[in-house]
Amino acid sequence: MGGYNFRPTERFDGSTIWDWLTTVDHKKIGILYVGSGLIFFLIGGVEALLIRLQLIVPDSGFVTPETYNQLMTMHGTTMIFLVAMPLLIGIMNYAMPLQIGARDVAFPFLNSLGFWLFFVGGLLLNLSWFFGGAPDAGWSSYTSLALNDYSPGPGVDYYVLGLQISGIGSLIGGINFIVTIVNMRAPGMTYLRMPLFTWTTFVTSALLLFAIPPLTVALLLLMLDRLFGTGFFSVALGGEVVIWEHLFWIFGHPEVYLVVLPVFGVFSDVISAFSKKTLFGYLSMVFATVLIGFIAFMVWVHHMFTDGLGAMANTIFGIATMAIAVPTGIKIFNWLFTMWGGKIRFTTAMLFSVAFIPTFVMGGVTGVMLAVVPADWQFHDSYFVVAHFHYVLLGATVLGLFSALYYWWPKMTGKLLNETWGKWHFWLFLFGFHLTFLPQHFLGLYGMPRRVYTYESSPMVDNINMISTIGSLGMTLGTIFFLYNIVVTQKRGQRAGADPWDGRTLEWTIPSPTPEYNFAQLPLVESYDPLWEAKMNGDGKVPAAEPLGSIHMPSSSYLPLFISIGMFVAGYALILHSYFVAVIGMIVVFAVMGVRSFEVDHGYHLEAEELTGSSNLSGKGVHGR
Amino acid sequence: MRQMKKWLVLLCSFLGISVSAGCTDANLSVLDPAGPVAEEQLWLMKLSIAIMVVVFLVVSVVFVYVVIRYREKPGDTSIPKQVEGSTILELTWTIIPIILLVILSIPAFRITFSQTEIPPKEESITINVIGHQYWWEYIYPDQDIRSSQDLHIPTGKKVNLVLRSDDVIHSYWAPNLGGKQNVIPGKDVPLVLQADKPGIYKGKCGKICGSGHALMNFRVVAQTPAEFDSWVQGMKNPKSKATSEKAALGETLFSQNCMGCHAVSGGGFKSQGVVGPDLTGFSQRLLVAGVVENNRENLGLWLENPQSIKPGNRMPAFEFLTDEQRDGLIEYLMNLK
Ligand code: HEM
Ligand SMILES: [Cu+2]
Repeated sequence: MGGYNFRPTERFDGSTIWDWLTTVDHKKIGILYVGSGLIFFLIGGVEALLIRLQLIVPDSGFVTPETYNQLMTMHGTTMIFLVAMPLLIGIMNYAMPLQIGARDVAFPFLNSLGFWLFFVGGLLLNLSWFFGGAPDAGWSSYTSLALNDYSPGPGVDYYVLGLQISGIGSLIGGINFIVTIVNMRAPGMTYLRMPLFTWTTFVTSALLLFAIPPLTVALLLLMLDRLFGTGFFSVALGGEVVIWEHLFWIFGHPEVYLVVLPVFGVFSDVISAFSKKTLFGYLSMVFATVLIGFIAFMVWVHHMFTDGLGAMANTIFGIATMAIAVPTGIKIFNWLFTMWGGKIRFTTAMLFSVAFIPTFVMGGVTGVMLAVVPADWQFHDSYFVVAHFHYVLLGATVLGLFSALYYWWPKMTGKLLNETWGKWHFWLFLFGFHLTFLPQHFLGLYGMPRRVYTYESSPMVDNINMISTIGSLGMTLGTIFFLYNIVVTQKRGQRAGADPWDGRTLEWTIPSPTPEYNFAQLPLVESYDPLWEAKMNGDGKVPAAEPLGSIHMPSSSYLPLFISIGMFVAGYALILHSYFVAVIGMIVVFAVMGVRSFEVDHGYHLEAEELTGSSNLSGKGVHGR
Repeated sequence: MRQMKKWLVLLCSFLGISVSAGCTDANLSVLDPAGPVAEEQLWLMKLSIAIMVVVFLVVSVVFVYVVIRYREKPGDTSIPKQVEGSTILELTWTIIPIILLVILSIPAFRITFSQTEIPPKEESITINVIGHQYWWEYIYPDQDIRSSQDLHIPTGKKVNLVLRSDDVIHSYWAPNLGGKQNVIPGKDVPLVLQADKPGIYKGKCGKICGSGHALMNFRVVAQTPAEFDSWVQGMKNPKSKATSEKAALGETLFSQNCMGCHAVSGGGFKSQGVVGPDLTGFSQRLLVAGVVENNRENLGLWLENPQSIKPGNRMPAFEFLTDEQRDGLIEYLMNLK
């Protein structure tokens, strides 16, 4: 066997840490995403709490205006890029291949690369707190505020390079999911038998594919302006500042659907499972998902209604924005009618999904109000908008993430999260959330602009800010219950069987935690909700599509980690304007890619005897028909 | 008792009964319009709120019913009927929202067009607004005057603002008089406002523009056309000469320390600085730096340490002035009319 086969890593092989650093198993990568997403959630949450503490009374000197702007920027950036996206990608990574009956994702190596790029990007961004100052121009970093003239420190450079690196990771993840869903569905799993979470993963991945490139371009141009003095966004040098807004929102608007569509999938699966009913209006749900994904690209200008783009442009984009309410409304009613006539079990996962419905309707209707252009001239950049997008981001994405975590946690760890602690978590978080953000609609109407470290004292505004801060303490408390729950149940939690929730989809046919090969035999799918079908009309086991045989597995690789380290070095060097080191970093990146291209690695096989518990499906071999 | 009243007001306003904290005081509330532009916008908000409340209530009623009615009862082991969907229902909740959106969008977009129309010259006044970190400059091209921080406008007339920024993006927002628009470098953005009653209205910068963003305030002084004209005349022929010995000291100090950045027209200074606000007629200003009330004490504090009043602003501290010198400067500025 010819080719390159140098292994400098012999010594670490076999240690647990090395195992996690080099894994290409979609399940471990999913857990890595979830773990790092949760850590960033704590960081972003502490930032939010500090923001709210500063605003508890007017003229408070708790943090300086500069620090406030840094906290606000890092909070937004962290929550969007390092919490919502990775947690969702992590859950997709874990659950989606199981839902379609696949043994892995299409490109395990790339999957690992995607994770490590995201991770080093996030790390780089957060190092700004310690070395040179965090970015402070808002998560949207509008030029010209984000240019050297007005943000002279390295803060915005951290933003540009951190997001650039983690953006590449997200793009890779998206491509990987698309190929996986197109190519690796189990026999019989047609597109219209895919669970809704898989469908939303599919559409979300397509959004990633089209939304990340404009961001990449925008960040690249900003980097050139900041590091090399080009003038894309500098009016003095003949550039245009509004171009940044277009590029940013052509990415940024789909981005907010990116973080909301997957949880629509979660809600569909969870609500159906805990109502003991098949999803109402499956086809219209799929259609609505695709439509929302499509319109998401048509509405970016609604972030720019106050830029004087003209009545015609504003009207067209206003109508497009309102149009999104229609497919979203379809979804809401389909969920309600999934529960209608069902038998609803209020587990913690279900509570989070159920609470989402009215919460998200609130966020949705204020969204329509914002699309009324002349009204938006009052709402825009006020606390009304802050309330609106938290209703959508927290009320959908975060509630959905919690729901998904409680739902799939047993599959991921083999242990059930404690329901009592879970309910404490739920009620405190939900109550705190509404207490924080409902009053903020009124702050906007009373004229409080967003992104301000202080406000003019008046009885109303003072009271509302006080209430809002108290609410954020409630959310904090809820989150503490969640963490406590994780820690305690990891040690002495109740063991979960293969199917703790009386599930309907394929992931509940295999043991918890999932064995490394997922399915000993690939399942044969004959309907939507295959497991439910098997329970109702068979022996409770989904038929197998193949005889028990040896399974091919990809081998672990340290190369993704090394590529990411190279990128990290290059990124950091650019921030420090040390171009020589940056070149070295990139050389490492390309050298490792070179190693990868010459590597001969056929993976390995697990033989049938090694498969623990062997077959978990019914039928001994190809299901005859 | 006072406490109770406070909470009552809070409760009422949450329920949308009382519309604003106090209609007499200047405020920033969009619920308290003082001119046709803001009134129309408030009307649209009310329309959209009404429609959206209906939507929310319908969903909530179904929601509450479902959640209570269909919870699992202990001991009941039956399997619910698996319903795949219903075309009629699904069509219903597709078509009704579309109708509601059409009802909302027709007035919304008619007003979008009418409010962005540039009013005819005879019925309006044009003012150029220039945003700076973190203060506002106004140029009245037809009156040939320049001022800063307080925007003086005549009542009953459409005010056609032409916004542009000198540095980063700001946003000009006077909630009582009309919406906000971004103030962008290298681009003119129009904003039409109108005040019906004379009065003083508050305004703020709406777009994050750096560390001083939160305090980038301004006031709109709406005056009857006659009062406005006399203000214009005053600005054209300002009283900018020292009238006392104390003020004369201030005038000298001003020419030595301040005019590089600030302008005072009619004072005979060699240069008319443009880095800071134009101080012509300073005594009529309502606020120092847009933040604190304009009085001698606050002005003294400002001269000594501008950062303590408005963090992030570009003015250096003049803490080296003796008390006498500072008093002289204050005297001089307070006599600019
Ligand atoms: C833990 C509860 C949270 C609290 C108390 C909180 C509070 C806040 C506050 C007070 C602001 C600043 C508003 C301003 O000054 O403009 C803010 C901004 C923001 N938040 Fe949150 N937030 C929370 C969670 C989240 C989550 C989960 C997300 C996203 C998934 C999120 C996304 C954002 C974004 C995008 C911004 C805008 C930042 C910017 O303007 O650059 N927040 N949040
Ligand atoms: Cu500003």
